[in-house]
Amino acid sequence: MKAHGTVHKYGDNVNTDVIIPARYLNTASHGELAAHCMEDIDKNFVKSVKPGDIIVAGKNFGCGSSREHAPIAIRASGVSCVIASSFARIFYRNSINIGLPILECGAAAEEIGNGDEVDVDFDTGMIKNATTGKTYRAQPYPPFLQNIIRKGGLLKSISLD
Amino acid sequence: MGMTMTQKILAAHAGLPEVRAGQLIEAKLDLVLGNDITSPVAIDEFEKCGAHSVFDRGRIALVMDHFTPNKDIKSAEQCLQVRSFAGKYGIRNFFDVGRMGIEHALLPEQGLVGPGDCVIGADSHTCTYGALGAFSTGVGSTDMAAGMITGKAWFKVPSAIRVVLTGKPGRWIGGKDVILHLIGRIGVDGALYRSLEFTGEGLKHLGMADRLTIANMAIEAGASNGIFPVDAVTEDYEKGRLGRAPVVYEADADAAYDETVEIDLSSLRPVVAFPHLPSNTKTIDEAGKVRIDQSVIGSCTNGRIEDLRVAASILKGRKVAAGVRCIVIPATQQIYLAAVREGLAEIFVEAGAVFSTPTCGPCLGGHMGVLAEGERAVSTTNRNFVGRMGHVKSEVYLAGPAVAAASAVTGYLTDPDKIGAKGSLEDEGTRNRP
Ligand code: SF4
Repeated sequence: MKAHGTVHKYGDNVNTDVIIPARYLNTASHGELAAHCMEDIDKNFVKSVKPGDIIVAGKNFGCGSSREHAPIAIRASGVSCVIASSFARIFYRNSINIGLPILECGAAAEEIGNGDEVDVDFDTGMIKNATTGKTYRAQPYPPFLQNIIRKGGLLKSISLD
Repeated sequence: MGMTMTQKILAAHAGLPEVRAGQLIEAKLDLVLGNDITSPVAIDEFEKCGAHSVFDRGRIALVMDHFTPNKDIKSAEQCLQVRSFAGKYGIRNFFDVGRMGIEHALLPEQGLVGPGDCVIGADSHTCTYGALGAFSTGVGSTDMAAGMITGKAWFKVPSAIRVVLTGKPGRWIGGKDVILHLIGRIGVDGALYRSLEFTGEGLKHLGMADRLTIANMAIEAGASNGIFPVDAVTEDYEKGRLGRAPVVYEADADAAYDETVEIDLSSLRPVVAFPHLPSNTKTIDEAGKVRIDQSVIGSCTNGRIEDLRVAASILKGRKVAAGVRCIVIPATQQIYLAAVREGLAEIFVEAGAVFSTPTCGPCLGGHMGVLAEGERAVSTTNRNFVGRMGHVKSEVYLAGPAVAAASAVTGYLTDPDKIGAKGSLEDEGTRNRP
């Protein structure tokens, strides 16, 4: 699995309240959630995001509430992957559970700039900044989580009998 | 090498003799929780994957607390979806308006969670039940759906930070001051992916309400969970609630901790977290003169009867300052009734405060006290992120019930020790607002 896109860059501690404000939580419609994604931190995000784009952020991305609406809104807005120096725990597991690829890589998170073009290979964890030519390697997923991702999310990985 | 308390509970629920930090395990769940916002997403997933039954009708709790009583048509439809699901699958612990309370106050009160349990909830503050000596943690809706089907969840075994509490807290110091002080010291990611394990002789001065407040905000330090040892305070609290024998786990004497943080409770001053992070703390003495428009006393953090008593002791015989809206929200129906019976409701209304039915309401900017542009609230809730309580340019200052009540009276962030008999600031005279 690979991704290529333009980077939208944010700082540390981007919380789920700004990823999708609570005032929109009276719906679970993916389209409606996407229409308000990042609204309280970046009014231009929804206007400028293109399919495949990549979010790059600092530490503790997705902190705050457990709302799965946050990774859903990001995925539904077309974003192909999130790279951050670290993720909040619940956001991390939610993203894996719904199949939004996320990568932890401090150096990439620091050096990649807003608007850069980036290539990501999820199988190897390689991140390449096509704008600067620099490459980075993210932490690979442990096998247990690879299994969930390979099967297309948590619910597809459990057997119903 | 021994295990922490959290690791012992996880090992037992995974059916393993021992677990190590970093290990990925699958654990059996004692309870799976969802609310009116997160359950609809879980129910959609549940139905999409073709499940036709839940693992245990008695081990799922669905609580309609966030946007209830339904604030608009969409909220009503979300509750309707959960209500139908609860009916269809015979979910025993479905809490609707009139029986409900804010989930994290309600579940301990109703004896649905207890010491030694392993609990997930599709709500980040599910970590609250660590106060009872349970492992409980917030997850997302997909985890909730999988938990409802299989009765299991995957976890990465956390390492731990040990928090040693000593000394006796002063008169107005409560659980909120302890946890805000801690988050101020270690930061909002200071305990990322780890447990906060509380211990020390200072514990005996912290009642269950204080402990629930502290464990509630473990997530605000990024922790997977916060946990307290089971002691006389726990046993007292569980008497008459938990319909089964508590299972007690203790950390091994040689358990490994990433670090130890010591807090001398006797040295704490009331703490306020300034916008827009819970770690942005100052003591009330350093707060300066910050004018407020609204004071909210409630939530799963500080909406228990003990909190309302503290607030009422300050509001009794005093008036909420002109130009300030004071909103008091008991966290459950039982607390609401107790507040009425004890005369607290009367004190609040006479002081000029609103006394509301249980709801999350303003805590997440839902309803019942949303802020306009430029407005400021002091609030006993747990998050002060940008836009959390309303407009993106509004501000939330987190504090305990004593500071929130004292500030409602003066209209400024106020030390509860500094208000005079009629509510004037002893050292500054009566506040006048244009
Ligand atoms: S009171 Fe606030 S923090 Fe607690 S469950 Fe409700 S919205 Fe969440």
